[in-house]
Amino acid sequence: MTTTNLLSTDQMASFVARGFLRLEAVVPDDVNRQANEELPGLFRAWLDEFRGASPKQQPADTHATENESPLPRSGTPLDTAYAPDSPFGRMVRVPVISGAIASLVGANPVVDHHFVHIKTAGDMHAQGLHCDAIVDEGLAFDIQLFWFPHDVAPREGGTRFVPGSHLRRVNMDDVSRYQHLAGEEYFSGPAGTVVIFHQGLWHAGAPNHGSRDRVMGKLRLNPTVPQVRLWDTSDLAERNRADDHMFARMEPGLVAAELRRFERWYEPAVHRLETVQRARLWRYLTGDQQFDVDWYLTRTERRAALAPR
Amino acid sequence: MSARQQVLLLWLASSSLEGHVLGWSFFDGAAGAGPQLTADPPYGTGLDALRDGWRLLQMSPLNPPVPGRERETSFLKHEFVFERVVEI
Repeated sequence: MTTTNLLSTDQMASFVARGFLRLEAVVPDDVNRQANEELPGLFRAWLDEFRGASPKQQPADTHATENESPLPRSGTPLDTAYAPDSPFGRMVRVPVISGAIASLVGANPVVDHHFVHIKTAGDMHAQGLHCDAIVDEGLAFDIQLFWFPHDVAPREGGTRFVPGSHLRRVNMDDVSRYQHLAGEEYFSGPAGTVVIFHQGLWHAGAPNHGSRDRVMGKLRLNPTVPQVRLWDTSDLAERNRADDHMFARMEPGLVAAELRRFERWYEPAVHRLETVQRARLWRYLTGDQQFDVDWYLTRTERRAALAPR
Repeated sequence: MSARQQVLLLWLASSSLEGHVLGWSFFDGAAGAGPQLTADPPYGTGLDALRDGWRLLQMSPLNPPVPGRERETSFLKHEFVFERVVEI
């Protein structure tokens, strides 16, 4: 895949702090039109299978549906997973999209899975808050692309998500009791918008108060290389300082300024722990094991070196 | 007339009932037949809910951090469970 249009340091820092990146109206109209025509077929075929209305037919290496290119098996390299003229094949080749993918999980990720989620007009079910798959370990992460191929107005089924939730260690829908969290968002926006989630971001399908079905194509990608300095790092060196913790006088413009970002649903005490989690993730992404935010890691590492437990 | 339980969960900014509300959920045993929440968020603090007649059932215990995992973050820490009984 192409490696032009790489993300900036600001975009990467925002992704680390908030767990998502919004690319507004980046997919061309003709690709969105094709998606709106073809993607619902995948969802309906799955529903038929689920209800036993049609027999499950799975070829040896793919799972074809009537209107969509075959479903790639998990682990298929992205650049061969989709026909270049299919909706997903065209979407992932949009330079802004492929550049973001390359920046986050490398230029040659593999497909975990994709699916099409439809919230039909008038479907008032509010899905419970959850993160996908299971609780994860380690710093390496997958990304999930949420592609909205048509305009989504407020309250018309745009996905609910909780900024800054991605580094909280929880398992699947163990967070479903949280009906309202301050600062949470419901997607709305123009056709062709793709929101890229960190694998751990809490989200849920939302009621659709509108008069048309809401279509969303979702694609999960796994990295195959260490996710180290894959973005446009030309401005990184001067902004990667760990020593701007001068009490109550923080230096603007540094990466640390973004990694301190507070979310309205955070407990103040936990916010400090969130900055530690973000600093650890930033160390992985930069390969800089001296990086820090507000000296939390550095002071304890130095003390530990003096008196090991 | 029969009694039904309404349950209100508040997640607060600190372990004190005076902490401000960060999140909330409402489970209505009266299925809409009783009084409803009227604000978003319904209360500014946990204490405000008490003063409006909600009875506190439970609050999160203050557990010390697990050694070696002191900096992990997970569920919201300060959960307060309230109830009120309504006649329908």
